[in-house]
Amino acid sequence: MTEPLVEIRGVSKRFTKRLDVAGKIAQRLGANIREETVHAVDNVNLSIQKGEVLGLVGESGCGKSTLGRVVAGIHPASDGQMFYGGKDVATLNGTDKRAATLAIQMIFQDPFASLNPRMRVEDIIGEAPRMHGIVSKAESAEYVDDVMRKVGLDPSLKRRYAHQFSGGQRQRIGIARALAVKPKFLVCDEAIAALDVSIQAQVINLFMDLREELGLTYLFISHDLSVVEHIADRVAIMYLGRIVESASTEEIFSDPRHPYTKALLAEAPRLDQRRRDFAPIEGEIPSPLDPPSGCTFHPRCPVATAECRTTVPELKAGRGGRETACLLEHAETV
Amino acid sequence: MTEVLEVSGLKTHFFTHAGVVKAVDGVDFTVSKGEVMGLVGESGSGKSITGFSILGLIEPPGRIVDGSIRFNGDEIANAPEERLKTLRGNRISMIFQDPMMTLNPVLRVDTQMIEAILAHENVSRQTAWERSRDALGLVGIPSPEERLQAYPHQLSGGMRQRVAIATAFLNQPDLIIADEPTTALDVTIQAQIIHEAQKLTKRTGTAMIWITHDLAVVAGLADRISVMYAGRIVEQGGIDDVIDRPLHPYTVGLLGSVPTANRRGQRLFQIEGMTPNMLALPEGCAFGPRCQALTAACSKRPPIKDVDGRSLRCFNPQRTKETTL
Repeated sequence: MTEPLVEIRGVSKRFTKRLDVAGKIAQRLGANIREETVHAVDNVNLSIQKGEVLGLVGESGCGKSTLGRVVAGIHPASDGQMFYGGKDVATLNGTDKRAATLAIQMIFQDPFASLNPRMRVEDIIGEAPRMHGIVSKAESAEYVDDVMRKVGLDPSLKRRYAHQFSGGQRQRIGIARALAVKPKFLVCDEAIAALDVSIQAQVINLFMDLREELGLTYLFISHDLSVVEHIADRVAIMYLGRIVESASTEEIFSDPRHPYTKALLAEAPRLDQRRRDFAPIEGEIPSPLDPPSGCTFHPRCPVATAECRTTVPELKAGRGGRETACLLEHAETV
Repeated sequence: MTEVLEVSGLKTHFFTHAGVVKAVDGVDFTVSKGEVMGLVGESGSGKSITGFSILGLIEPPGRIVDGSIRFNGDEIANAPEERLKTLRGNRISMIFQDPMMTLNPVLRVDTQMIEAILAHENVSRQTAWERSRDALGLVGIPSPEERLQAYPHQLSGGMRQRVAIATAFLNQPDLIIADEPTTALDVTIQAQIIHEAQKLTKRTGTAMIWITHDLAVVAGLADRISVMYAGRIVEQGGIDDVIDRPLHPYTVGLLGSVPTANRRGQRLFQIEGMTPNMLALPEGCAFGPRCQALTAACSKRPPIKDVDGRSLRCFNPQRTKETTL
């Protein structure tokens, strides 16, 4: 197998709420407060091959966006290493570091919040390539036109501001901005969740066209299983900061192994199921401030055993070589 | 079947400085006892305004300019506020996308639920409290006695929506209007909420209008479906008819743009163009500029016709292909 384009090993991200002066005094005086730490991402390994689309699925609060931001270099990881093209990103310097940073770009969920309302579209798209010397100032205008056409925007609108566009067009501007620095790898964080159904289809098609045309690699983060099923080659399922299952799209959707994956698939509404009885799993996602012991899914799991309460399952190959973080799956190989 | 609600020719317009926005422009449908009707459309199609119109929640510059809304046989379009007050929360309830639109953030859950009962019925506080507790139990809230004492901010989003649903069902209404009640929720929580709503409608025979943009949710829940575009229902019929054999090009397009297992990796069908500007709708069919089956006839407004057991606003029904799900 060839070397993965992007690989992360043992990455964790913790957010700590530090005590202020008043808090510290109160603590001295015996008040029951302490620093709170959220383990948003907990010891995650992922590798993504060149040209591949990896779907990252999970519910709100599971850490999928934080993981995306760590991969895109927006948040520094608390622990662990990230490799781009086989090199540890932390050890890179100068031009190599800049090349690695530019190669990974991110597309955000909210096309309203992620574009500067005071900038014209030509500057939103054109600023970064000019700053990084990808195009000269003289060629800049033509370059912006090119990028706009690539994402299906009319270049004659480039003097406008972001608020003069519809939601779908704004998302295209965000995509154009990311593409303008010639990235190899795109992190799409719920990039189509805020769009109407008919516009979603347009943007999904655009992502697929760009992948073919430019040989892009994607980390596609979404809560929407049907979208991920459509676009991804491989899928990783996340729950409370950990990856609980990872496999090819085919395998995940035809033969899910982890009880959480099974529950997600069973409950996602589908067009071909009519007047069905929804039979949901109980409970809600626990607070990441105070995660359950052992397997974090055990309080909601229909098949949990006593061992699940105490032992943290690793993500490793079990029955049929399938990667899950489930003790029961692992036991069945013995 | 008895008809709980009969809406005909409903027009709700907004008179803004920029012009008249015809948010709802001639909508007809009926909902029978125990029936779930899915009202589907994209943002700006007028689906929520239709729901608000039924409850008389339209505020200036908007108003119902034409049409009739008959609830259990009585005309309630533009009915006096006093009359509507006896209906709201009693005979007709609404569940909103954001449960904090229903819940008062500074009052405890019990205060709000008891108030909802006492406003319409002359019972003791104790009876009202007991009914509230049972209602919370019915929507799957663990230890309802404790939850009754909580403030809304102490509950999670899914819990709040459950409280809102329990409140909506408190007085056993004849009709519930649910406006995108699960859109803000996660998949597993969404399934729980739909499950509770389904259970309650079956138990009480309450009719329900489920407003959403999510076709897959409607497919799993509704008996009938109405697809709205630019203020009009363009196709209306039984859920199997419409989803398996859509006739209107917009319905065909919408269904084609939903990713499903059988189309994995292929390009999705895409409806070209954007959702229309409600201030500058084209003459004739509003979907015309985005339509693939456009003909000269479409320069006139398509009337409602009965085609294959459903009502349709289109001159060129798309009978050619069955959608493959």
